[in-house]
Amino acid sequence: MHIDKDLVAASATPLVLGILADGESYGYAILKRVNDLSGGRMEWTDGMLYPLLHRLERLGYVQASWGTSDVGRRRKHYAITPTGREALAERRQQWAVVSDALKQVWQDVQPGPAVAEGWA
Amino acid sequence: MSEQNTNAVTPAEPAAHVVLEEQIDQWRGYVQRRRAITPADVDEMEDHLRGQVADLTASGLEDDEAFLVAVKRMGNLDEVSREFAREHSGRLWKQLVLVPEEPGETGRWRELGVVLALAIGAGIAVKILLAATGDDELVLVRNGVFAVLPFLAGYFVWKRRVPWGVSAVLLAVTAALALVVNLYPFVEGPFGDPGMTGFLAISHTPVVLWLLLGVVYAGGAWRSGPRRMDFVRFTGELIIYLALIALGGGLLIGLTFGTLGLVGVDFEPFLGDWLLPFALPGALLVGAWLVEAKKNVVENIAPVLTRVFTPLTIVMLAALFVALLVNGPLTAVDRELLILMDAILVLVLFLLLYSISARDPLAPAGVFDWLQLVLVGAALAVDAVALTAMLTRIAEFGFTANKVAALGLNLVLLVHLAWAAWLNLGFVRGRRTFGAIERWQTQYLPVYGLWVATVVIAFGPIFAFA
Repeated sequence: MHIDKDLVAASATPLVLGILADGESYGYAILKRVNDLSGGRMEWTDGMLYPLLHRLERLGYVQASWGTSDVGRRRKHYAITPTGREALAERRQQWAVVSDALKQVWQDVQPGPAVAEGWA
Repeated sequence: MSEQNTNAVTPAEPAAHVVLEEQIDQWRGYVQRRRAITPADVDEMEDHLRGQVADLTASGLEDDEAFLVAVKRMGNLDEVSREFAREHSGRLWKQLVLVPEEPGETGRWRELGVVLALAIGAGIAVKILLAATGDDELVLVRNGVFAVLPFLAGYFVWKRRVPWGVSAVLLAVTAALALVVNLYPFVEGPFGDPGMTGFLAISHTPVVLWLLLGVVYAGGAWRSGPRRMDFVRFTGELIIYLALIALGGGLLIGLTFGTLGLVGVDFEPFLGDWLLPFALPGALLVGAWLVEAKKNVVENIAPVLTRVFTPLTIVMLAALFVALLVNGPLTAVDRELLILMDAILVLVLFLLLYSISARDPLAPAGVFDWLQLVLVGAALAVDAVALTAMLTRIAEFGFTANKVAALGLNLVLLVHLAWAAWLNLGFVRGRRTFGAIERWQTQYLPVYGLWVATVVIAFGPIFAFA
């Protein structure tokens, strides 16, 4: 299933913050986690993750530090900050409102495909 | 997370992976050519690429297949680098064109042509001004900046494709300022020298015009913090270029003078009548063009200078502080002291602004951030001593336009630096991000414009044009 680009972009920040709220992580691991969580259906452009992480760092939501990977390579780790947790809580409330509203809309259009065809 | 510290940065790879290593090297080189992406970012992305390749090979792909898939998943590098540039607008200063779009040779020549035409235009405007004013130097000094700066603004209007509405408004404001400066009935001194308010208007007008130029420089987007910071950078680099051009020009003129003097040719009339009226505005325009074209060549000069002069300035301020306290009480102070204090605060502000404009906002607080805090603290301490002395004097002898202008500027600077110091303290103690300091600098800039405009427009009527 292809998920609309704007939807992916809008959900990226809460996803990343939510994953980091579970514990410190690094770029590739975050991406793998997103894949696991969405069953591989959310396709991120891998490279775009890094500008996003840097933006979160600039906003003070996450803190970065350089460490080493198990094979001794330089690796940048990210950890969520208290400000980041606040931002995450706020996003969570916003998303709850959105998904609540959507849930009601889905219920109203129960029949699904037939109606959609009728409108087409 | 297990972190095993091996000494070697690159562990020995089995021979079979030689090709993969070569491919990754090539990829690194390819990514590094994008100036919005720093080597540290490439390291980070390389770690990602290797993780992806390792997982793919573990699931049965060959090295080169895994590499291709991993690179493809990384995404279009133009888009990624544009995203990086958007995030790190400081790096963007190096190339306002985000996508590596090499300007064609013709484009560059055309730009130089426009600049030279504008420089000649400015020279002609100065010549006309000279002819119109005759011997009245005061009128010349008053209007010189009006004759030259619109041409520089014209360059940016052309280059940034500034909307006509914005240009028209700015032009109207400039014309209104010109009218104010020329038509206000400023009282002149006994020898035709300007009175207090007249002098203040003349000395503050260029600053107003320069800030208006900032609006054009930002392509009309003057509300944007990063664009304002770009203008600060531009101003600093332009000053450095102008100093270099002035040095070279002075040397050339001196040599010409000496040599022509030996053979008995008087160079002075030509110098005064033709060379300087064209060379001075020309230097300004060419300097601006150089800053635009060579952003990344001298981009390091202003920050390097701030690094050199920050410790030296701290020493100077400490010496001043001791001298002011020991030789006090300050009874013989007058507005000269206040003006000197303003100059010192402006210097400190410049040191602060230029190191901020060049600092990587993501780097953690270091020794230099502490040094800067000490610098601003010392400046505020010295200023506090001078200001208390000054206020008692003013309470005793009353206000004049000069004192109010100097005092007002002092207060504007004081607020700027004090709050910057407060934010800086939060940053070095890990309570704030560097972004907060950066935003404060750019948010505060319009206050200077308002104050300076007040001096030009309102001081005449308030102080009866004395």
